[in-house]
Amino acid sequence: MSIVLEHVSYTYSPETAYEIHALKDVNLEIPDGQFIGLIGHTGSGKSTLVQHLNGLVRATSGHIYFNGEDIYAKDYDMRRLRGKVGLVFQYPEHQLFEVDVLSDVCFGPKNQGLSPEEAKERAREALRMVGISEEYEKQSPFELSGGQKRRVAIAGVLAMEPEVLILDEPTAGLDPKGRDEILDEISYLHKERGITVILVSHSMEDVAKYVERIIVMNQGEVLHDGAPREVFRHYKELESVGLAAPQVTYIVHTLKDKGFDVDGDATTIEEAKETILEAFRKKGRKL
Amino acid sequence: MIRDITLGQYYPADSILHRLDPRVKLMGTILFLVGLFLIKGWAGYAVATVFLFAMIRISKVPFRFIVRGLKTIFIILLITLVFNLFLTPGDRVLVQIWKLQITDKGLNTAIFMAIRLIYLIIGSSLMTLTTTPNDLTDGLETLLGPLKKLHVPVHEVSMMMSIALRFIPILLEETDKIMKAQMARGADFEHGNLIQRAKSLVPLLVPLFISAFRRASDLAMAMEARCYRGGEGRTKMKPLAYARRDYCAYGILILFLAVIIALRVLL
Ligand SMILES: Nc1ncnc2c1ncn2[C@@H]1O[C@H](COP(=O)(O)OP(=O)(O)OP(=O)(O)O)[C@@H](O)[C@H]1O
Ligand SMILES: [Mg+2]
Repeated sequence: MSIVLEHVSYTYSPETAYEIHALKDVNLEIPDGQFIGLIGHTGSGKSTLVQHLNGLVRATSGHIYFNGEDIYAKDYDMRRLRGKVGLVFQYPEHQLFEVDVLSDVCFGPKNQGLSPEEAKERAREALRMVGISEEYEKQSPFELSGGQKRRVAIAGVLAMEPEVLILDEPTAGLDPKGRDEILDEISYLHKERGITVILVSHSMEDVAKYVERIIVMNQGEVLHDGAPREVFRHYKELESVGLAAPQVTYIVHTLKDKGFDVDGDATTIEEAKETILEAFRKKGRKL
Repeated sequence: MIRDITLGQYYPADSILHRLDPRVKLMGTILFLVGLFLIKGWAGYAVATVFLFAMIRISKVPFRFIVRGLKTIFIILLITLVFNLFLTPGDRVLVQIWKLQITDKGLNTAIFMAIRLIYLIIGSSLMTLTTTPNDLTDGLETLLGPLKKLHVPVHEVSMMMSIALRFIPILLEETDKIMKAQMARGADFEHGNLIQRAKSLVPLLVPLFISAFRRASDLAMAMEARCYRGGEGRTKMKPLAYARRDYCAYGILILFLAVIIALRVLL
């Protein structure tokens, strides 16, 4: 059970003046149950890549296998794939259209062929997960605040109960509290249900805090692929492609340069705290 | 599929056609269209064909890019073709199928009508492909300037036109995005009967309209914030001025029209 990409390339508007090679020979394996962070500078091809994973965009060349089956095979059921690989777009609130919140979230499950009751059941559950209480169910989605709309839109995909959940910058434009709530919820889902999560993000802190594997894109190519501490070790290189490491990485590196015995691979505040306290303790003993 | 509509889209390239004054291109397009409707007989079409293909070559816009715009009018083209083919009475019946008949005249009209339509679209696409929307409205505004005396709101109309043109690609992109987002939720735009398909458009059209209104109100706000208040007393950063090549272009255009008229009168 996994997604495998083999030599995937994609070109927008081929053979015109606007030709853009958005993906160049991407090879990836995404096993079940991983929490993956996808980072990269603006225009590096992240959104294009994730749209390949549920078959919305067809690779110009290369193959994609979902659970061992070639998704470009002739009789492959793309709609079923889209139910299994849920994709939350960048600014998903722009896709809301129904008269009330509940019906909008029901759209996905209904398209999967569920009965109205089952769909409602799923929708309620999904809404609860994203923290939208029942009193909003009958409200028009257009009367909600931006953050609430975002949650409803995310619920719209969650209600399909995908095996792989992809979120394209789900927290862009949200306040810190809303951001943490949504990410915590996703992390909880990942742990409880064991679903695979791919998080596209510009925030190195978020990525370092939640994910177990980072894929770095640069100009349509995979630049790095590994655990956060491995990837952030290349923080100088990340900077050269318009990215950065989490703030704490800089702190621990500076401390290290100043002669403190800290772990330079610390990427989250917790880890940094541990290693800095540890270093001070050792130093204290020596004094 | 949605990106195939080339009408109203600019194709950046460095050619004489791109550098021409927009007024020349506008007048040129109008003259070309007038010419098309004056044509009678093969000779005229031959001249128009040579003229049009020469222009395409000069414009440096790839031929494929221009033809792509034709796909969208294919249906209209087909309908015109069929109607003209079967419903034009003529002297000689070429083919008879049940009650329908194709006459020599019908065949003639159908072919010429099709050529005319295709050239019409290509001609006007060529103008929009080689002229930025800003230039285009600038040209239009200057050309229609005299109408201001008759209290026609020329500036406002051309501003609306330029905004409309500018928004075509944006709305197409938006459509593409929303379509994908709904497809990710299992929406199906391709299958089903007519009613089902019409229904399936609701999840596309509602967000599209909302986004169009949002963009419109944002734009209005931004224009007001920069003190836009219509054409009254507004000057231009780059006033249009004819160069030598523009006069040459006018010359060529008049020559083209003259040849067409001559052919019509003589043959
Ligand atoms: N619909 C499209 N048509 C043409 N080109 C596109 C389209 N969408 C994206 N591109 C181009 O493809 C490249 C990759 O875009 P993509 O949206 O995948 O980047 P991204 O990594 O998601 O960026 P961001 O962080 O800004 O969302 C960019 O150069 C972009 O201009
Ligand atoms: Mg993106």
